[in-house]
Amino acid sequence: MNRISAVFESAKGPILNVYATAGYPQLGDTMTVLEALQEGGVDIIEIGMPYSDPVADGETIQQSNQVSLDQGMTVALLFEQLKDMRSKVQVPVLLMGYINPVLQFGVEKFCQKCQEIGIDGLILPDLPMAEYETEYQAIFERYGLFNIFLITPQTTDERIRRIDSVSQGFIYMVSSASTTGAKTGISSDQEVYFERINEMNLKNPRLIGFGISDRESFLKASASASGAIIGSAFVKLLGKSSHLQDDIVAFVRGIKGLK
Amino acid sequence: MALTYQVNDKGYYGEFGGAFIPEMLYPNVEELRTHYLEIIHDPTFQQEFHALLKDFVGRPTPLFEAKRLSEKYQTQIYLKREDLCHTGAHKVNNTIGQILVAKKLGKNKIVAETGAGQHGVATATVCALMGLECIVYMGAIDIERQAPNVARMRMLGAQVVAAESGSKTLKDATNEAMRHWINHPVDTHYIIGSVVGPHPYPDMVARFQSVISEEIKAQLMEKVGRNYPDYVLACVGGGSNAAGAFYHYLDEERTQLVAAEAAGQGINTGHSAATTFLGKAGVLHGSKSLLMQTEDGQVIEPYSISAGLDYPGIGPMHAHLFKTGRAHFYDITDEEALVSALELSQLEGIIPALESAHALAVLPKLQAKPTEIVVINLSGRGDKDLATYQQRLNLV
Repeated sequence: MNRISAVFESAKGPILNVYATAGYPQLGDTMTVLEALQEGGVDIIEIGMPYSDPVADGETIQQSNQVSLDQGMTVALLFEQLKDMRSKVQVPVLLMGYINPVLQFGVEKFCQKCQEIGIDGLILPDLPMAEYETEYQAIFERYGLFNIFLITPQTTDERIRRIDSVSQGFIYMVSSASTTGAKTGISSDQEVYFERINEMNLKNPRLIGFGISDRESFLKASASASGAIIGSAFVKLLGKSSHLQDDIVAFVRGIKGLK
Repeated sequence: MALTYQVNDKGYYGEFGGAFIPEMLYPNVEELRTHYLEIIHDPTFQQEFHALLKDFVGRPTPLFEAKRLSEKYQTQIYLKREDLCHTGAHKVNNTIGQILVAKKLGKNKIVAETGAGQHGVATATVCALMGLECIVYMGAIDIERQAPNVARMRMLGAQVVAAESGSKTLKDATNEAMRHWINHPVDTHYIIGSVVGPHPYPDMVARFQSVISEEIKAQLMEKVGRNYPDYVLACVGGGSNAAGAFYHYLDEERTQLVAAEAAGQGINTGHSAATTFLGKAGVLHGSKSLLMQTEDGQVIEPYSISAGLDYPGIGPMHAHLFKTGRAHFYDITDEEALVSALELSQLEGIIPALESAHALAVLPKLQAKPTEIVVINLSGRGDKDLATYQQRLNLV
């Protein structure tokens, strides 16, 4: 069974998915960050593959992408850094990024590498559903990779049903019309939207992302979904941390309410 | 099966095009995709569009026989005078069309990107005309380099916002405009300035600019007794003026389509914007096209003396014209463009925009025959480039 499905089946409390930009704050920090996230008790890890033009991301993640690229990060180097990942990290790991670097690496070769390393799924926000179905789905499935789709407050019910039918693992529910890190906190309007989707009884579980930054917003979001995703708030912490290991463990425990 | 150069129902020109956009933009782009043709084909829209092109923009623009230039190159050269459009370039043809579309869609705010500021000015102009709120993203570096256009936009009531991310030029201004649209999905329309972006933008912009070749056909018929030339020359950054100049000749095999790309300091110097020479297939700003990028798929910052050609991609329609061989592409250096700008100024009394000077610089390489007719799309006027001309041509 894919590790993502296993997590959703066995979870006792809300699921915490944390995003970290690869090769950030220092180029060689990728594995340190992964191990510390696991030690803190994270349920799913999302590794950002840096891109020069990340249009769905706000300032914090863009900035971390640029720093990582300037330090020399590439798709090939990331795979090299992650090659022994599964001897240390057991939680599900997703790669998040934009389609162009994947196309240049070669889609099939990329998926093959992911399988070798033990990557469980991909989030490629600028890969449209129609393209996915005609060109990529067969390849992703051949290598056991779940493709995670996004929905937003503007996504129609009809389209949500379609997305639900091609999704595996979970659906990434964007909390508001925004780029990452643009807004913080959860408003009552958003809670209405969360509840509306909750009542659709989709076959896939949902994680809520964008605007989740602390324990309060994590719990609020998790009330109407299986859990939530934290990105920009964590990348900010990475940017200013002087004790990466300790700070990450403390951050995750704080969100999850662990001692 | 005959090759087609038009977009297909999935938004592709051959292998190029599509709509590679995050889900946050899907409802906006889908709304546009499902309505744009119906809106554009509506007779009241056509009437309003053409009335504004005539009375506000000043169309039709003249097709001018450049006799001294023709004598020099021993062929028959005609200049399509888009430089005489209101605001100084062809860009306004598109912004007029798109603002009317935005109104039909019930949008009351406009966002746009701009490089040199020409599209920004054309957008700010139509927003003032229609009373719509206007935000223009412009790279922080370009804001410094193009101060007069920043002042124009502000005088027209637009808010100019500096794009501080990445390389702080056109590519990043486009990213910021897309992010703005993601954050304001309901009341805002994004007016893209070139034949780039997700489907249906390349097709929609090409249709609005196609008035250029529609006029050329009628004007040539009147002047020389046939409605097609042997060559149409245009510069290509994203490629909107070229798309307009080529549009009604795409299936006219007797007309050779010629595109001039900015080679910058030369295609092998690392300071260039000649996408068909240096790029390979990739995805940027919502469509698959030719793209200047590293082996790792990161977008390369281009270089050209002309801010309007300083873009790492090219519209998907042009990528298809290149791939199929329908259009012939020339790489023109900064130096060659400057020489041609000076030449046109002194032979014909017309100071061209630096972008258009790239198209003129194809003339020495074209070797057209004395009996042949060459139409050059003079996409813009040179006022905005005077500081560069002053410096590079020692006019001080």
